[in-house]
Amino acid sequence: MSNELIDFVIVSIALLGIGIYGLSVKRNAIRMLFAVEIIINAANLNLVAFARFIPHSGGQTLALFSIAIAAAEVAVGLSLIIVAYRMYQNIDIADFRSLKG
Amino acid sequence: MVDAAFLALSVITIGSAIAALELRSMIYGSMALMGTLGGIAGFFLLLDSPFIAMFQIAVYVGSIAVLILFTVMLVKRELIFKKIEDPRRKFAGIGLMLILMMGLGSIIIDSGLRTIQTNEPAVDFRDIGEDFLTYYWPALILMALILAGAVTGALVLARREDVEDEQRAN
Repeated sequence: MSNELIDFVIVSIALLGIGIYGLSVKRNAIRMLFAVEIIINAANLNLVAFARFIPHSGGQTLALFSIAIAAAEVAVGLSLIIVAYRMYQNIDIADFRSLKG
Repeated sequence: MVDAAFLALSVITIGSAIAALELRSMIYGSMALMGTLGGIAGFFLLLDSPFIAMFQIAVYVGSIAVLILFTVMLVKRELIFKKIEDPRRKFAGIGLMLILMMGLGSIIIDSGLRTIQTNEPAVDFRDIGEDFLTYYWPALILMALILAGAVTGALVLARREDVEDEQRAN
């Protein structure tokens, strides 16, 4: 195969950087969830790339677990955002000041 | 050297990741996020792991992106189009991103990863299934329980308690 391991790792680093930029700059709760998704996908890309170049099935198994756990995390995160939106009528995280129910 | 498919996929993935965070409308942003997730699935196909690629398309592009799209639709219209960010933090964030990319990138490029190549055959997806059912079976069961718990928890959290059942029926 013509692509080398380093190419995939560099794409994954670029995605990680974009995700950290989104997490640190945006205050919109849904956009922060987008950034978290991008970071998780960068990690999965790394797992599968290393699993391909050290031919072993463990990396792909771990990537499958990671995708499934990320799905659960998104479901809970979105419902938390909906609850907070109902409480504050806003999705700006600077407005989410009190934990009182 | 990389091939053309790799270049096209990396442009699509990184470009739509930037678009997902920077587009003004969050609906277009979540569609751009679908582009990123689909691009990652394409990378998995390039890495000879079609099973993970199909899983990624089914879980991420098929369900998570649609879930995000529906959540965006539940939010008020002016909030969808409003850009909420700290202008002072924006340059700091861009600087942090560049420092992180350059630092990690130079470390990775200088390391021994550069010379790694492989001519060995790819992992057969039947091995993954065998892994799941032999060595990783407790983790598989735990993952099923976590998924069930997460979905139930999400339903309980998002339920409205102030709406009575009669109102729901109407």
